[in-house]
Amino acid sequence: MSEGNSEKEKRKIKSEKKMRDIMTAYYIDAKTARQNNKKVAWITSGGPVEPLIAMDIIPVYPENHGAMIGASKMGVDLCEKAEKMGYSNDLCSYARSDISCATVNGGPIGGLPEPDMLVCCNNICGTVLKWYEVQARYFNIPLFIFDTPFCHTEYTKEAKRYVERQIGEYVAFLESVCGFPMDQDRMKEVGRVSFEGQKLWQEVLDTAVHKPSPMTAFDAFFHLALIVTLRGTQQTIDYYRGLLAEMKDRIEAGIGAIPREQYRLLWDNLPIWYRMKWLSQKFAEHDACLVADTYTSAWCGAMKYIDENKFLDSMAEAYSRIYLNIGVDEMANMVIAMIDKYQVDGFVLHSNRSCKPYSLGQFDIQRIVEKERNIPCLMIEADMVDERSFSESQISTRIDAFMEIIKDRKN
Amino acid sequence: MDGMTEFRTIVDQPYEYLQKLKNRSGKKMVGYVCSYTPEEIILAAGAHPARFFGTKRQIHLADSHLQSYSCSVVRGVLEEGLSGRIGFLDGMVFPHTCDSIQRLSDIWRMNIPFGFHLDLVLPVKLNTSSAQDYMVDVLKKFRTDLGRALKADITDDALQKAIQTMNAIRQSIREIYEMRSRNPRLMSGADLYTLVRAAMIMDRERLASLLAQTVSEMKAGAARAAEDGSLKRLVLAGGICNHPDIYPMIEEAGGAVVWDDFCTGARYFAEPVSEEGDPVSGIAGRLIRRVVCPAKHAGLDRRARHIIRLVQEHNARGVIFLLFKFCDPHAFDYPDIKKSMDEAGIPVLLLEIEDPLPGEGQLRTRFEAFLEMV
Ligand code: SF4
Ligand code: SF4
Repeated sequence: MSEGNSEKEKRKIKSEKKMRDIMTAYYIDAKTARQNNKKVAWITSGGPVEPLIAMDIIPVYPENHGAMIGASKMGVDLCEKAEKMGYSNDLCSYARSDISCATVNGGPIGGLPEPDMLVCCNNICGTVLKWYEVQARYFNIPLFIFDTPFCHTEYTKEAKRYVERQIGEYVAFLESVCGFPMDQDRMKEVGRVSFEGQKLWQEVLDTAVHKPSPMTAFDAFFHLALIVTLRGTQQTIDYYRGLLAEMKDRIEAGIGAIPREQYRLLWDNLPIWYRMKWLSQKFAEHDACLVADTYTSAWCGAMKYIDENKFLDSMAEAYSRIYLNIGVDEMANMVIAMIDKYQVDGFVLHSNRSCKPYSLGQFDIQRIVEKERNIPCLMIEADMVDERSFSESQISTRIDAFMEIIKDRKN
Repeated sequence: MDGMTEFRTIVDQPYEYLQKLKNRSGKKMVGYVCSYTPEEIILAAGAHPARFFGTKRQIHLADSHLQSYSCSVVRGVLEEGLSGRIGFLDGMVFPHTCDSIQRLSDIWRMNIPFGFHLDLVLPVKLNTSSAQDYMVDVLKKFRTDLGRALKADITDDALQKAIQTMNAIRQSIREIYEMRSRNPRLMSGADLYTLVRAAMIMDRERLASLLAQTVSEMKAGAARAAEDGSLKRLVLAGGICNHPDIYPMIEEAGGAVVWDDFCTGARYFAEPVSEEGDPVSGIAGRLIRRVVCPAKHAGLDRRARHIIRLVQEHNARGVIFLLFKFCDPHAFDYPDIKKSMDEAGIPVLLLEIEDPLPGEGQLRTRFEAFLEMV
């Protein structure tokens, strides 16, 4: 049953175009930074970007770039290049594609602008440490490591002291690279704006609680780009305000993200960037909507630790306690909270060869979910960027079988 | 029983050894998986530290907790835990190392019924003063946590004593390495492997005296033995070495391993702990100064420079890298280190180790080809 064009048009999220425009402008800005006497910092996706914004440094995210490479299906080529350089094909495909891309200026936007400095926060993984070391040697530029001790069961007072001290070191690092002091008032303002942006992003994600959901996780993967790359700017607030309003209108008008939402699912781990469309159609054919995911909420999941008026001080804890820097059991608790909040009927886990900190532990999370909430779970083995690890026929069959179980249970 | 026979028995049957040691001495058994574990603190608590390296058996149980793309060390260690084979442990310590060990720690805590579980969340960077202070802070916390878990009072005196024991052990192994580097015929590579591995398993007091004995025997032997200039001297590098079989293969091909950069090798005995001042700060100081593991950051080229220095100091002709499949930290370091080796004119052979090893014939051929080249 295919729906008519006007139905499709109605379902399309209108803000999308604006988002593309903003991202294009952002990359043009970044790529012309040198001409405009601006500095560029490459920073990890979970890294503290607000001080960069306050210092007028343009933050660039190799991981966002990796997502673009994946979505434009250029991942295999770049990964193979990295392998020729000697990097094992078992390494994170974001890292592999970025490392080779830097040497050939390839990919969908002809490479990232050259960095003046690197900022690596290991709150997402140990991979970024190694990856940024490689780039620091390649570009021969200063590297700041923001070390956030892993919170297996707690954020210790020892870790707190260490991370808080590093905030001062981080600011000093930026001041020395830029050659001017940080404007504290500006920093405070950026902190408030960042907090506001995170709040709005959470509100956008929250609209998926509604049945039918006005958006899918695939939409969230797309609209996520701003909270990652432009967190702390007014633009992000304006954009998410618009998106939130659109979502509310859709709820009001009864417009769901897919034609017939019968089943609601939760997604775990990074998206499979090169098969987003295929996957969303595949699930929609089964009348299943992926309403939420653990990934996109990582950029607002630690808000409870932030004091918006004392952003710089409170960010130590917030950046230390994000989703990937906590124990598997705490992650399972967060998954269960999402299952309840979004009222889902099934749980899809992407076992992602690229990302060990996200994927190791998934079997245990799955078992906990099955025990605590007794919903069907499906684990898909793939990779977020490297298509060579994706077996379409196998995954298709498994999704069909999984959906049969869900349908049986529900009816 | 001579020293080497004792070491060999322990390495062949470590669990039997540890179980007996526990029965005999009444000591609590504390397991660990990473060379950044402060053994001194465990010893000072009156307990016994024992390192685990993986499994010698097929992996079944761990497969329902860890994906196939995790390294054989974490999967193997978990297998040993889940099977109950190391149920004699009173606890397990997990220093923060790589992403895989980080998750192994969680999975262990959630699934292993026996013994206590302790995380030791070390800093990842080592070259700033705040990181160095944090190192001291977490070790102090570890001292408290461990004391509580073992219901033991860990005194400064006991720490000093443990530091002296460990320093003596490190010094002896270093001497053995050095004598062997001067004359590799003094001890086979496989024996040296066995000795270092046993050192991480056995009673440390007994170890200290056995090592002292081995050192003096070797000294006597060194005076008599003729040096052999025909051997092609090599350095091995990587993380853990779980494969003693490679040593005879290298030796039969005309090579001799004269030094290594393994965490189950030279990194284990690198750097003494200062015996002056606060003992915990002394232990922290060693962990900060020690040859770095690729999961830690101490500058951008420390490891490359270190390996090149080893080659020069020990007059080696090449380096063989043994890297575990799915080991991210080492795999990330390798290409740039290889580049530095190329620039320094040092030949390199890379072996990616899967468990089990590739067929013996294939390995032999690769070693022979490499040795012909160097
Ligand atoms: S995908 Fe995973 S391993 Fe790769 S950079 Fe992101 S968090 Fe790290
Ligand atoms: S450092 Fe490498 S070999 Fe060691 S546990 Fe981690 S991934 Fe495995």
